[in-house]
Amino acid sequence: MSALIEIEGVTKRFGAIVAVDDVTLNIAEGEFFALLGPSGCGKTTLLRLLAGFETPNVGRIRIDGRDQTRVPPHRRPVNMVFQSYALFPHLSVRGNVEYGLKVAGVPPAERRRRVDEVLALVQLEGLADRMPDQLSGGQRQRVALARALVKRPRVVLLDEPLSALDAKLREELRFELSRLQHHLGLTFVMVTHDQDEALALATRCAVMHRGALVQVGTPAELYEFPASRLVAEFIGAVNLFEGRVITDAPDHAVIDLPGEGIRAWLDHGTGLPGVPRLWLAVRPEKMELHKRAGGRPAPRMEGTPPGHNVLAGTIREIAYLGSESVFDVELETGRRVRVIRPNLTHWDQEDFGRDEPVWLGWHAEAAVVLAR
Amino acid sequence: MRGRTDWRREAGPFLALIGLPLAWFLLLILVPLGAVWALSFAINTGVASIEVTGTLANYARTLEPTYLGILLKSLALAGLATLVSLGLGFPVALAIAFAPPPWRTPLLVAVTLPFWTNLLIRTYALMAVLRDEGLVNRVVAALAPDLAPLPLLYHDVAVVVGLVYVHLPFMVLPIFAALDRMDRSLIEASLDLGAGPLATIRHVVLPLAGPGIRAGVLLTFVPALGSYLVPDLLGGPGSQMIANVIERQFRRADDWPFGAALAFVLVYLTLLALALLAPRRPAARA
Repeated sequence: MSALIEIEGVTKRFGAIVAVDDVTLNIAEGEFFALLGPSGCGKTTLLRLLAGFETPNVGRIRIDGRDQTRVPPHRRPVNMVFQSYALFPHLSVRGNVEYGLKVAGVPPAERRRRVDEVLALVQLEGLADRMPDQLSGGQRQRVALARALVKRPRVVLLDEPLSALDAKLREELRFELSRLQHHLGLTFVMVTHDQDEALALATRCAVMHRGALVQVGTPAELYEFPASRLVAEFIGAVNLFEGRVITDAPDHAVIDLPGEGIRAWLDHGTGLPGVPRLWLAVRPEKMELHKRAGGRPAPRMEGTPPGHNVLAGTIREIAYLGSESVFDVELETGRRVRVIRPNLTHWDQEDFGRDEPVWLGWHAEAAVVLAR
Repeated sequence: MRGRTDWRREAGPFLALIGLPLAWFLLLILVPLGAVWALSFAINTGVASIEVTGTLANYARTLEPTYLGILLKSLALAGLATLVSLGLGFPVALAIAFAPPPWRTPLLVAVTLPFWTNLLIRTYALMAVLRDEGLVNRVVAALAPDLAPLPLLYHDVAVVVGLVYVHLPFMVLPIFAALDRMDRSLIEASLDLGAGPLATIRHVVLPLAGPGIRAGVLLTFVPALGSYLVPDLLGGPGSQMIANVIERQFRRADDWPFGAALAFVLVYLTLLALALLAPRRPAARA
């Protein structure tokens, strides 16, 4: 896989603030790449460096093998979908979409054809003569998208493309973005603070924190195998238990969790020899609830010897979300653990009640060990 | 939710607030203006007596070549001054709007600074710059000693320079306000779509600064057209403007009806300029 975008050791400072800190990243042709992170993590600056609105202090940016580090934005083979859409208010939908073709000197007949084509692609036929202030939020989003696609750029940059829309519309446009990117075979680079958006859309994501890349991988890699507590906590919810390694074999490991007074069994080695302090991370939906009332014994969890991976607790809060229920369980130590349980039948939601004593457990292949 | 407050339902407070300004406006603006307007339809019947007869003779006289010529010249000088102000003012407003934030306030103050000095003093200062032994000619003499001093003062050039000098802030400020309100991401979007800086100014910045430019043109052209002091002090015998002629009718010629007619020709022209350039209501939104 040859890289379409090559970012090499790029640093961008604004005064004393390091917005992007020595980032090296390759993005291949046809990828839908997401830059994910909390606000202020430098993801937008990185996108603006790709667009040419900012110039790096150190490092190089190549697109399609050509050095673009100091090329001004109007000469780069990229087009951007702005967060606020930035539609020209004095131009109609057609005027907005054909703007890039017009300044490039494309003859009127071809311009017309290409604008009609891309408007059909984003399902805006018939709205070409509307002004931006006569459009709904979703329609404006589509115009911004059409405007960025019409020049057939090598890379489409999207700055929080769905953040200004309400939840229902967001989901609809999410599928549409995905469909367009796949259909056109273009390379998309998207900035988002919304982990669901990144997981749903991206073929690969980079999690950023304080200007640096923390982890790069597919959505599943980031979710199932986070490399640090930071990534585990930023993408999805997670229960973290501090512990230390007792046994570390190639095919299994045993972690002592002194805070909870139990041991955890993993179906794989930690690969972290000599690390004195680490964390066991278990996602809420990977935890099971079992009845504990009436002195019922602890269940044996799949793939583990008896007594491992099981904690005693009491349900304190229940949030019924329809498709699933979220349980806030208090352990005997007083700390809270979150468990998500799918409601597979109409009656699953009635299985457990508030203040009910329960056993919490997880499979040998459900947890991850983190050293940071 | 409460709708917009209706003045008819709050008549008491509304009248209390609007009463004094309204009385002021009627008494001190509309009444005298009405009197002068009536005068423009009057004739002189004796040394100190005037009779309003409804005659249009005064207006007919304003169309005589002498006066029509001065009127056209006034329009030309004010128009030229407005164009020069626009040419100078737009880049200045653009530069201030895109200056780093700490610079903007000092730059705006600098633009309005001359404004805080008396007009008469400023005009005399300009005379000192433009006269034969003035700053400009001294520089010219130093560069080209053989050249005769340029006849800048008492000339149309001096009048245009003076008008531009006086009215430039009125051009810069509304344009700056329009540019300052503009969403910066629109400029980035234009650059991103392949338009260079000049094309971006032409296709995005200029159209969006349109209301500000219109306001600036209006605020420059209307007062420039009625200028009295600048052509009086800086202009020569051939660069009088309409206000100088009006003044002469009221004072030296003692022909109030004709002066009133000339004054109202100026008012009509101003209203015409307003009708052409005043900001329009934005189209109804869907």
